[in-house]
Amino acid sequence: MIELKNVCKTFKVAKRNAGFGEAVKSLFCRDYTYVQALNDVSFTVNDGEMVGYIGPNGAGKSSTVKIMSGILTPDSGECIINGRTPWKDRVDHVRDIGVVFGQRSQLWWDVPVIDSFELIRDIYKVSREDYKKSLSSLTELLNLSEILKTPARQLSLGQRMRCEIAASLLHNPKILFLDEPTIGLDASSKIAVREFIKSINKQNKTTVILTTHDMQDIEALTDRILLIGKGRILLDGTLAELKKRHSAFKTITVDYTGEKLPACENYKVTKDGDGRGEIIIDTRVITASQAISFISDHVEIKDISVTGETIDETVVSLYKEFAI
Amino acid sequence: MRKYISFFRIRFIAGLQYRAAAWAGIATQFAWGGMNILMFRAFYEEGSNAFPMPFDSLSTYIWLQQAFLALFMAWFFDTEIFDSIVSGNIAYELCRPINIYNMWFTKNTAVRLSKAVLRCLPILIFAAVLPSPYGMSLPHSIGAFLLFLLSMILGFLVIVAFSMLVHATAFFTISPKGIRVLATSVIEFFSGGLIPIPFFPDWIQPVIYALPFASMQNTPFLIYTGYLSGIEALKSIGLQILWLLVLWCVGKLIFRYALKRVVVQGG
Amino acid sequence: MKLYFKYVGMLLRSQMQYKASFFMTAVGQFLISFTTFLSMVFMFSRFNSVKGFIFSEILICFSVVLMAFSITECFFRGFDVFPRLIKSGELDRILVRPRNEMFQVLASDMDLSRIGRLLQAVVMLIYAFITCDIHWTGYKIITVVLMILGGVAVFTGLFVLFAAFSFFTIEGLEFMNIFTDGSREFGKYPVSIYGEGMLKFYTFVVPIALFQYYPFLYLIGKSENMWYMLLPLLGFAFIIPCYAFFRYGLRKYKSTGS
Repeated sequence: MIELKNVCKTFKVAKRNAGFGEAVKSLFCRDYTYVQALNDVSFTVNDGEMVGYIGPNGAGKSSTVKIMSGILTPDSGECIINGRTPWKDRVDHVRDIGVVFGQRSQLWWDVPVIDSFELIRDIYKVSREDYKKSLSSLTELLNLSEILKTPARQLSLGQRMRCEIAASLLHNPKILFLDEPTIGLDASSKIAVREFIKSINKQNKTTVILTTHDMQDIEALTDRILLIGKGRILLDGTLAELKKRHSAFKTITVDYTGEKLPACENYKVTKDGDGRGEIIIDTRVITASQAISFISDHVEIKDISVTGETIDETVVSLYKEFAI
Repeated sequence: MRKYISFFRIRFIAGLQYRAAAWAGIATQFAWGGMNILMFRAFYEEGSNAFPMPFDSLSTYIWLQQAFLALFMAWFFDTEIFDSIVSGNIAYELCRPINIYNMWFTKNTAVRLSKAVLRCLPILIFAAVLPSPYGMSLPHSIGAFLLFLLSMILGFLVIVAFSMLVHATAFFTISPKGIRVLATSVIEFFSGGLIPIPFFPDWIQPVIYALPFASMQNTPFLIYTGYLSGIEALKSIGLQILWLLVLWCVGKLIFRYALKRVVVQGG
Repeated sequence: MKLYFKYVGMLLRSQMQYKASFFMTAVGQFLISFTTFLSMVFMFSRFNSVKGFIFSEILICFSVVLMAFSITECFFRGFDVFPRLIKSGELDRILVRPRNEMFQVLASDMDLSRIGRLLQAVVMLIYAFITCDIHWTGYKIITVVLMILGGVAVFTGLFVLFAAFSFFTIEGLEFMNIFTDGSREFGKYPVSIYGEGMLKFYTFVVPIALFQYYPFLYLIGKSENMWYMLLPLLGFAFIIPCYAFFRYGLRKYKSTGS
């Protein structure tokens, strides 16, 4: 069980101005700005849940993950994970969690992967049997058997990410934090990683918190999403809810013969000309069929298609809605 | 030329951004200079007649050295350059319509200058108000001061030209780190960075003076303190010019050869 | 302890991948301190002694400091490169592992190329002992051992302090060189030659006099005070405030945005 209550964190950043004079001036006095990385963040995640944590760059995703994994100490607020405060009982706490930083490696660069695993086993004091068990299941699930003897520097990005994830799970943690696990991977590696995350969440009941920019990750993996922007939790709900709320808008593309598309106060014409036009409708105001029949009254329709918003667009419109 | 100037300007401003580094550097150099002077004082009290230069000249030498440390530092190598050579990214640099040797030369001078500009004034001022013989004294004569300025510029260019050669070794070895450490200790020692060259045994001095290292910080500082004057000073400046030309030409040749090889190998 | 050797094993295997580089760096390290040695030889060829100490006595002092420093640099390298651990985010990784942070930093890096320096220190020390007429007793042998150990302790403290400061400023770290590199550089002479004030500074603020000056006086017979023999042990106490400061910095740690 993860519980965050009113967590705040501020960073002090030095302002740097352009130009020669400014550079000289800043030698003697420098302005600082305070960046509120997290502003009153509260949420709860239950055991076995899989949560997608999304938000634009600099929204506070990483800071939250770092607080939950005991790296950062917040300025104020509470964070209780399985009954412990991460930054106070750091050593006990981190035994129960696994962390994957997508852009950084925890494998020793020049030695075979299996040796890194052995060392991690010793660091986490995992017993021989448990280690054997989790290693063999990870090897199977992530298809590692052929690359375990290879030094990390010779692995492809996809292979390395699979090893990174395995390394974070050797000690069988209850909670897994994944910070952009699919960044830079090709399509098939992405799918492999997603499949794996799904299966450990199901089989081992591991709680998974996933930050990502890749909406397909979210779509494939999580039911629940947390949207953060400018340090605040903006939305906490299921993916379906989010979609319902934001997929009210549909785009109708029409090929027609005639002058131009008729204007109507219930929809908006976004593009028109040379016999092809685009209309955006709000289905709470007007249904697609109503709109189509209205159009066909005025012009002759040759072809028509209706598309909903993709999840990417949904998120972008969410960002817009909250002005972040 | 314009592009080098604007390139220089960018680097220079970037260097100025590091305020804390500048203050820390000033404090460090002040402590360093002070400790050195105290060390030499201990020797001076032991036997002032064995001292090759008066004590106040020595103090001046040390303060000049600290104030302009950034210009003449032996250990400053541009890791960006090493990395781009070792990783092969240098191939991209070749796409720019600019001469690589000149560009890196400019960059190296800009970084050193921006550091030195920030640091030299406070140190010189501090040193000037220190009581004699521990502080900095005025130059020997106006003529000596003008020669000093000329010699400073030359010495500065000589060390940059030499460090370009060290950078170039990265083309030919897989271990630039080792070369770097090696070059640092050689330059530092033979240029009079540890102890001024006049303190070296008399029999070894002619050899040292013939090496390019003596044409770096040694010549301008000794001119300022009056240790080198008249025809001696002019000769040393001539030697500086000679070394600058030699090192510059050798550097250019090596770069041309090495880059050709990179292109042939496909980067 | 077992885990530490595992780490060391990994590091050794990694470093062996780059043998040529390792060798060159070791030679370079040797050369750096060798030029320092040469400059001392040059100084003493002009002056026979300084403040009543002769060359071979000074050499004992220099080699003890160099030895302690290179041992510290070799095994406590993790603190020396600590700013890099912060920058690269490796510290984040350290913090999500269930082991003491100090231990992990300690085990994260080791620089065996410092052996070049260590070797030189050993040779100098042997040479100094041969040329210097010390009346050897069991106590004096213990004194030498304690001097080296105390030196490692004080330098370790300084390295930890250096690492602690990098939580607050990365750019401004250069000033710490006064204490780390400065202690090595100026510790080559018994600190009393810099004057009364500096001796006090090096006794009470940066306590290198505890292992390179007072026991040294006892060793070469300039002082009969047996207590001087034990002073290097106080160097271990120096680590405590440094460690406390490191802990304080860790609480203020703000990681790098990823």
